[in-house]
Amino acid sequence: MSDAFVDFQNVWLAYNDELLSQGQFAVEDISLQVRQGEFIAIVGPSGCGKSTFMKLTTGLKRPSKGSIHVDGQPVNGPLKISGMAFQAPSLLPWRTTLDNVLLPLEIVEPYRSQFNSRKAEFEARAIDLLKSVGLHGYERKFPWQLSGGMQQRASICRALIHEPKMLLLDEPFGALDAFTREELWCTLRDLWTEKRFNVILVTHDLRESVFLADTVYVMSKSPGRFVVRREIDLPRPRDLEITYTAQFTDIVHELRGHIGAMRRSGTPLQQ
Amino acid sequence: MNSKQIERWSPWLLMVATLLLWQLLCSAFQVSEFVFPSPVRIGEQLIEFRGVIAAHAWRTYWVTMAGFGLAIVVGVLLGFVIGSSRLAYAAVYPLMTAFNALPKAAFVPILVVWFGIGIGPAILTAFLISFFPIMVNIATGLATLEPELEDVLRVLGAKRWDVLVKVGLPRSMPYFYGSLKVAITLAFVGTTVSEMTAANEGIGYLLISAGSAMQMGLAFGGLVVVGAMAMVMYELFSYIEKHTTAWAHRSSQNG
Repeated sequence: MSDAFVDFQNVWLAYNDELLSQGQFAVEDISLQVRQGEFIAIVGPSGCGKSTFMKLTTGLKRPSKGSIHVDGQPVNGPLKISGMAFQAPSLLPWRTTLDNVLLPLEIVEPYRSQFNSRKAEFEARAIDLLKSVGLHGYERKFPWQLSGGMQQRASICRALIHEPKMLLLDEPFGALDAFTREELWCTLRDLWTEKRFNVILVTHDLRESVFLADTVYVMSKSPGRFVVRREIDLPRPRDLEITYTAQFTDIVHELRGHIGAMRRSGTPLQQ
Repeated sequence: MNSKQIERWSPWLLMVATLLLWQLLCSAFQVSEFVFPSPVRIGEQLIEFRGVIAAHAWRTYWVTMAGFGLAIVVGVLLGFVIGSSRLAYAAVYPLMTAFNALPKAAFVPILVVWFGIGIGPAILTAFLISFFPIMVNIATGLATLEPELEDVLRVLGAKRWDVLVKVGLPRSMPYFYGSLKVAITLAFVGTTVSEMTAANEGIGYLLISAGSAMQMGLAFGGLVVVGAMAMVMYELFSYIEKHTTAWAHRSSQNG
């Protein structure tokens, strides 16, 4: 019906049958359309169903009601066209950085069956990718020899090595210090600018969402719904300097206002 | 001598100190060697009966290793099954815990009825006493996988088997080696206990016969030999653990 890359039509999800019969939904009535190559961010208070939304998009969870299409296909199970990264880098400590990045290629087809015959080629690709995020020379190091920011860079490389059409990031920079975080914003911006995959970024950092995304969705908590959709019309390419302009601050303020209003009106509902 | 060297030699220093104190007390109070032999007396007996002790020790050693090998195979397989399936975990774990609470020495008479006097009961007692920690550790390593990591792989279409082989098993290796260190010492306990009542060979048998002949020095010598064998095997697995799963022991390596 639409040419959207990600298409949610009135999606509801209850985590199990008991909650379903009680009418307790983790997310309610979610509809959204994402263009090919669009960078969207989802912000909202913790526990509002942002991570649930991610699981729906990747096919790890199926909706109780409604339908989800990604890239024209109905989502019925794990999509192999997406890569994921979380707040914890969750790299495997017994593998080098390079081998960690190569892990998806050992699992996802068609790379899996070619892994041994094309290993040198894949390694070169992983090394290039690591280089592009500033990890040149760290390929043979183990994750615990890297700093938190470097581990997170490697984790994003792992999510991108199989050239997914969609990158899902669940508060990927949440555990980093402010300077490292801003550095990684730029890393992600550059990767996206170059490769133009779709990004769904879940975050609670409003500045992060405004700086990076084309469109920001604000989610409310219990019920988990999208309450605001805000297009970010800041010009690209965006530089970190833009975060100090009035235009940027206004958008952040506006989003903050929505969340503040929601929290005030939302509190009595929680009982 | 710096603090690192002191740390390294501390077990030997403590042992020598203990032996000296022991010898001193025995000499000072003139304790009868039929009651509590001195280290010197035990040493004399160890040298005097070295041939006999060596034969019994060898028997205990290989019987223990046979039981321990069986324990590794069964422990790893069972641990793999209950660690990789929630249903199996829920079903098997309580029964296994109940079984582990039973004193393994109580099985020896039953095993004698089934297998007769000899290596059968000894191997099986060593096995029964030592497979549990191996199973529990493998299962724990597999069952405590980070859900995020599993999601990262499942999004790629990884099957349960992929997750187990690529992540679960390597991740449980430090637990496995840790459990081997515990299990090998338990296996020696199992063999010795079984040999005390159900064998005509082995250190356990030697302990009983030396005890009934009032050869306390020899009996203590037997204990020393079992302890030494268990310690050597423990150190061996400790060494293998450090050199195969260094990633899990990085703090101790970095200083």
